[in-house]
Amino acid sequence: MKKTIYIFLINFLFFTNLNALIEVDITRGNLDPLPIAVSPLHVDIKSENFKDLKVKDLGAEIAKIIEKNFRNTGLFNPLKKEAFVQKPDIAHLKPRFEDWRLIKAQALVTGKLLVKDEKLKVEFRLWDLTAAQEMTALAFTTTPSNWRRVAHIISDKIYERLTGEEGYFDTRIIYVAESGPKSQRVKKLAIMDQDGFNTKYLTLGNELVLTPRFNPTNQMVTYMSYFRNMPRVYLLDIETGTQEVVGNFPGMTFAPRFSPDGKKIIMSFAKDGNSDIFTMDLETRVVERITEHSSIDTSPSFSPDGKFIAFNSDRSGLQQIYVMRSDGSNVKRVTFGKGIYGTPVWSPRGDLIAFTKMHKGRFYIGVMRTDGSGERLLTENYYQEAPSWSPNGRVLVFYRETKAGNKGEGFSAKLWSIDITGYNERRLSTKTDASDPSWSSLLSK
Amino acid sequence: MIRSLIYSITFHSLMIILTVLSLPFMLREPVDLPPIVSVELIQISDKTNIPFAPKARKIIEETKKKEDERVVSEQAPPAAKAKEKPDRIPLPNEKKEEKEIVKKKQNPEEIKPQIRQSSEFEKKEIIDTNQIAALIDKAKEIEAVKKMDDNKITQSTQKNSFATGLTLSEEDALRAQIFGCWSIPLGLPYDQDLLVRIKLQLKKDGTIMKSEILDHERMNKPGQKFYKVLAESALRAVRLCQPLKVPPTGYDKWKELQLNFNPTEMLKG
Repeated sequence: MKKTIYIFLINFLFFTNLNALIEVDITRGNLDPLPIAVSPLHVDIKSENFKDLKVKDLGAEIAKIIEKNFRNTGLFNPLKKEAFVQKPDIAHLKPRFEDWRLIKAQALVTGKLLVKDEKLKVEFRLWDLTAAQEMTALAFTTTPSNWRRVAHIISDKIYERLTGEEGYFDTRIIYVAESGPKSQRVKKLAIMDQDGFNTKYLTLGNELVLTPRFNPTNQMVTYMSYFRNMPRVYLLDIETGTQEVVGNFPGMTFAPRFSPDGKKIIMSFAKDGNSDIFTMDLETRVVERITEHSSIDTSPSFSPDGKFIAFNSDRSGLQQIYVMRSDGSNVKRVTFGKGIYGTPVWSPRGDLIAFTKMHKGRFYIGVMRTDGSGERLLTENYYQEAPSWSPNGRVLVFYRETKAGNKGEGFSAKLWSIDITGYNERRLSTKTDASDPSWSSLLSK
Repeated sequence: MIRSLIYSITFHSLMIILTVLSLPFMLREPVDLPPIVSVELIQISDKTNIPFAPKARKIIEETKKKEDERVVSEQAPPAAKAKEKPDRIPLPNEKKEEKEIVKKKQNPEEIKPQIRQSSEFEKKEIIDTNQIAALIDKAKEIEAVKKMDDNKITQSTQKNSFATGLTLSEEDALRAQIFGCWSIPLGLPYDQDLLVRIKLQLKKDGTIMKSEILDHERMNKPGQKFYKVLAESALRAVRLCQPLKVPPTGYDKWKELQLNFNPTEMLKG
């Protein structure tokens, strides 16, 4: 009797073990950029000409822009066109997946376009080549002169589908265009597409301009300029070109930025060597004091939810970054590292604060969590500052100056971008020297 | 009659007790399962040459490059140049050759230097050998953090302690193979808990009969974009890796296999 029970028991345990599934943990993979093939868009033969646009080449041009956008992210590796195995129009209907896999592509972008009745119709598909299925497909209609934006919007959609986060290609960057010798710099406000095209100048260059910032809808810009030899904060409507001085302060105002809802401007106001932080409501024009301290408080930046403000202050001796509630209460110092910290900018994602750090005569651009922990310095150079976030909080744009000789020769200021991993640093092409960049939010949102 | 009734009751209750005791949640926690040990093994092994951290990998590449250069200077004209040649446009007739060339061209290792520019700051850091020590320290930190994270994971990561159907080296071989196929989506947030579990049904030769994401319904929920991206990348990896390097024997043990993809460690590094 006992025996049967034992046998029964042993069998029972044995079977439960057999059914257990083998598990293997995969915690590593390769960090190479994803190989992606961007097939030129097929141009429909029914397409008509539009002004001086080369409609025939439009498909290839759009593909080129998409490729360039992807390459710049550092996350994708667009494959060379010479290796492509199928004609664009056939691939767009249904790619021969196994052939595309041979060239080691994991994703494929195909599309076609038609220009008719002064309208551009573009459609594209994104294919997962290993799973042999379509991942996303979209079509747009717009005026043909908008073709560059179409390329950027397609890039955004593909980026979003493949990474899970928003793209940042259909955006603009506003910056200060600089020209002339170092002692007599002409500084104009300029705006361009994120990839350096379509540059437009917004001011004439009679007055010095500094630190332009977009509002959340990208319609307005606030910046600093000189008014009666005193730096003051200005507001500029990009569409209409109207500008005005913000606030009626006796001293100088500077370091302006919009609140996340776009209803307020936050800035510094200085008088007699002491500067504090103020906000001004743009509708009611009511000015509110946020900090009141004998030290220099400046460079305020709102968190994306509008509940907190990061700023820098020298109240502890050296200039450091502080975070407080948006009403000015609960001020906390967040940086304790060596050197001087400045220009805090809250990430649009809300998880990080970007900053400039000066230590032993070198300049660093870095990021840290909002409580000051996890500081990472992304890039170091002779002189660089003013980081501004891409709308998805993945890339920072900033400017870097080279060391000038005794007579100011060899001096230049250029825009650079770096992603938050610190590995993907690139120079942005601008027509002139450039400084103080500010990245817009997505235009097509 | 009563006696048989007593027998019946005792045996039935015994059955119930046994069943309850063998339910998965009643099993004791595995006695400090050492996943760390297996990771160490991979680094030592010759076959499984896996980048263990992006920075360390860069350092290795850098030193390799240096070594290559040294060798080249002593030897006859480098063979490496021949590799670069295939940039010429292949003729359409040379189909076979074309494919080969294409493969070479698209080798991500070669393209990499063009696309991943590192700043001067980074370059300095790479050359600096003192940084290696810092890296090791960092790795420790990450591991510590990871252990803490594990407690927070909502999905069941508890492994059945009996589930060692593969030997350590067999498991390593499989793991190393999939490491190579899996392109981690680099845009994923490093601070979110992302774990994708895939259940596979395999044929004897290691090809996949069926693959299934265990939390499939999570894929299409709003706000789970990152999860979806990760799940898709994991599926791609498994498909790319076919046939999987499975042991030649014991098919019954591994015909069903669960892979847990967790990129947190890599994304933090």
